[in-house]
Amino acid sequence: MAAWRQLPGRARAAPGLLTSTRLTQLPRDRRAPLTCRRSLCTSGSSPNDYFKDLQAQLAGMKKKAADVLPGSSWTSLEINTDLPPKRADIVIVGGGVVGWSIAYWLKQKERVRGGVQVIVVERDPTYTQASTVLSVGGIRQQFSLLENIHLSLASADFMRNINDHLGVLNEEPVDLQFNHSGYLFLANEKVAHIMEENYNTQRLAGAKVSLLSPTQVKEKFPWINTEGVALASYGLENEGWFDPWTLLNAFKRKAISMGVTQFCGEVTGFKTLTNIMTTIDDEKVGVQRIKSVKVQMPNSLQYQLVDCAVVVNAAGAFSGKLAEMLGIGLGPKDSFSGIPVPVEPRKRYVYVVHCPDGPGLDTPLLIDYSGVYFRREGLGGNYITGMSPEEVEEPDTNDLEVDHQFFQDKVWPKLANRVPAFEKLKVSSAWAGFYDYNTFDQNGIIGMHPLINNMYFATGFSGHGLQHSPAVGRAVAELILDGNFKTLDLSNFGFKRIVEQEPMLERNIV
Amino acid sequence: MSASMVVLHRCCQRSALLVARRQWMSSSASRPPLVSRLLLFLTQRFYDVEMLVSWKHHFKRNQLQKTNAYYGYTEKFYGTDIAAAYYILKLGGGVRFVGQSEWFHADRRGKFSWDFLKFKNTPLEEVDMSQTLINYTGLRNLETQKQLRTLRLRGCPEIDDWFLARLHVFQDSLEELDISDCPRITTGGLAALRNLKRLKLLYVSSLPRVSCPGLVIILLEEMLPQCQIIAEGYDHSVRQAEGERMES
Ligand SMILES: Cc1cc2nc3c(=O)[nH]c(=O)nc-3n(C[C@H](O)[C@H](O)[C@H](O)COP(=O)(O)OP(=O)(O)OC[C@H]3O[C@@H](n4cnc5c(N)ncnc54)[C@H](O)[C@@H]3O)c2cc1C
Repeated sequence: MAAWRQLPGRARAAPGLLTSTRLTQLPRDRRAPLTCRRSLCTSGSSPNDYFKDLQAQLAGMKKKAADVLPGSSWTSLEINTDLPPKRADIVIVGGGVVGWSIAYWLKQKERVRGGVQVIVVERDPTYTQASTVLSVGGIRQQFSLLENIHLSLASADFMRNINDHLGVLNEEPVDLQFNHSGYLFLANEKVAHIMEENYNTQRLAGAKVSLLSPTQVKEKFPWINTEGVALASYGLENEGWFDPWTLLNAFKRKAISMGVTQFCGEVTGFKTLTNIMTTIDDEKVGVQRIKSVKVQMPNSLQYQLVDCAVVVNAAGAFSGKLAEMLGIGLGPKDSFSGIPVPVEPRKRYVYVVHCPDGPGLDTPLLIDYSGVYFRREGLGGNYITGMSPEEVEEPDTNDLEVDHQFFQDKVWPKLANRVPAFEKLKVSSAWAGFYDYNTFDQNGIIGMHPLINNMYFATGFSGHGLQHSPAVGRAVAELILDGNFKTLDLSNFGFKRIVEQEPMLERNIV
Repeated sequence: MSASMVVLHRCCQRSALLVARRQWMSSSASRPPLVSRLLLFLTQRFYDVEMLVSWKHHFKRNQLQKTNAYYGYTEKFYGTDIAAAYYILKLGGGVRFVGQSEWFHADRRGKFSWDFLKFKNTPLEEVDMSQTLINYTGLRNLETQKQLRTLRLRGCPEIDDWFLARLHVFQDSLEELDISDCPRITTGGLAALRNLKRLKLLYVSSLPRVSCPGLVIILLEEMLPQCQIIAEGYDHSVRQAEGERMES
């Protein structure tokens, strides 16, 4: 306090330096006024300062030299402080939308604050290859499997209340930029009956979908050429598209605010304990338990072993590869361990086209029975379009190069046939992304692997992982923390179907 | 001595930072009131305060859900029409039954006459929910109204794009819709009005979150050709709209 009282007088004695009003704005720290005062009285003697400075520098150098001498702990190698911890409860591999959704739900469901320590390991924090940010961002209820319909409904519900779930105090609310434009599926004579069946399932599950005859389609969307169309199904609600980045970042922001930590690094291996067990067919199988996860730091040889209780495999298109590190799928052909996790990257192209005379604000995400799809992108006459190639023509997945010939040969003719306005269009850009493609039945794989009793999978969504991520995250968190599914029963999406070779196929019209 | 100089320098810098931040904060359009700013400040330091603030949010949300609850009990005893009317009046709106010229309106204090109970099994034709707290869940109480022709929702703070997407339930009857001054509506929700093919009159004035209003209104007119669109409170000269089209 004494310092304070002296202050105004001193300040006036050194005019032009600081006015007393300025000084009162300085930090409330009790030491602060003191130092201010001192500096004010000594500020005249600058040559003295210079020597003091020099002295301090010399002292610093001396100390450094002493440190380098043998016997001290100093090394010239830089120590990476971003190393993951030695121990964590749950390690999530893959920081895509699925990984972060699981992280959020784990924190949401923990009973005490900080009850579970969750870390997310992502090898590429800029997401140059992650499917999440390269996707088209659509959400629909028009599936044939009840599980998928329920996943979509639950996720739509989550997105509607996104700020109750993912809002962070004192931060901007989340704006998904959701376009409520619906999906329009077109079916020909051959598949119309499937569409009708799917429609009934969807209605029963509570999805708001309507069937349209070709004339009704023409009435609603005069720009569609309905030739060859026998039936159409059109989503009225909860369908459309949104910004994947926003959803990913919202999950991430919320999860981090709840105590999840993220680490940059690649998971390159595991340390496991193996128990040999015998099946009823007298086959000996090794059931593994992961002890620790090896996280390789980027651009260095350094790695960290993270001891953990549970590992979540949310590595998207590369989750099959991650499972391979544990020997899954490498065993003899007809044995238990010879069944691989059937998820691999498949390259899909997305083309952005410009067409000033194209359809307007009411453009849905249209999926034609020929396989081609398109949707509006913004309001300026831009559209994005693409289609899945034939199984035999799958492009090579070493890079994310775009094949423009594919658009010219395959996509454009079909697109222009369906929407004649697209005969005059210009491709303005294009990108490619990896589907986390489930080669077995193109549906998600959710649950524990029978041969690794603490690795949970959430992968293989093959083109609908983004829209299902909120509900899938909740389901996986339930599996881990409650031991079974509580809200949505997704046990049909487990590994059992793969082991028993009973695919859960969508009855698609394309 | 130089060290103390450094400290002074730092202090000044820090105060400059503080000031800079404050300026930045005040420049944002909606600066929260002092009390909530104080709370937010404390939130960052104390878990207890954070807890309290989140409780407050929860409380508000629950309150909103309660006002918009499903009037199933009323529906069971008086039928869907009375339940819908009751819900509307309870929220402070107004209704007109089919074939009646008389409006029932809640007054400023939320009081209303119970005479509307006379009109059991008479559907609603006009509903005015302007300036009420109706939201997506509350809409469920109105869904049974298949003869609803006019719906006024001017200045409702809880109406969002998901609400608009749900309006398809009135697609066979709705002729007039007013969603002016709703602060949460964006272009993504306006696209959902495509299902309302009978619409003759649509008010979309002063929607603050619609970007490029000029262009959006042209597109709306294109989407609903038989509908007159009334949009005021925007500066939508043709040149601006053109510019936006080029931009996006
Ligand atoms: C062109 C295209 C269009 C699509 N359209 C839609 C759509 O309209 N609707 C929809 O719902 N879905 C769509 N999808 C699918 C959707 O994008 C994916 O299903 C979803 O994003 C999967 O999310 P993920 O988190 O599992 O995978 P990703 O987003 O790929 O995330 C996995 C992450 O794991 C990281 N990783 C991998 N291996 C390791 C390792 N060993 N160590 C550390 N990190 C690792 C990767 O770097 C990556 O970031 C589309 C996909 C594509 C390619």
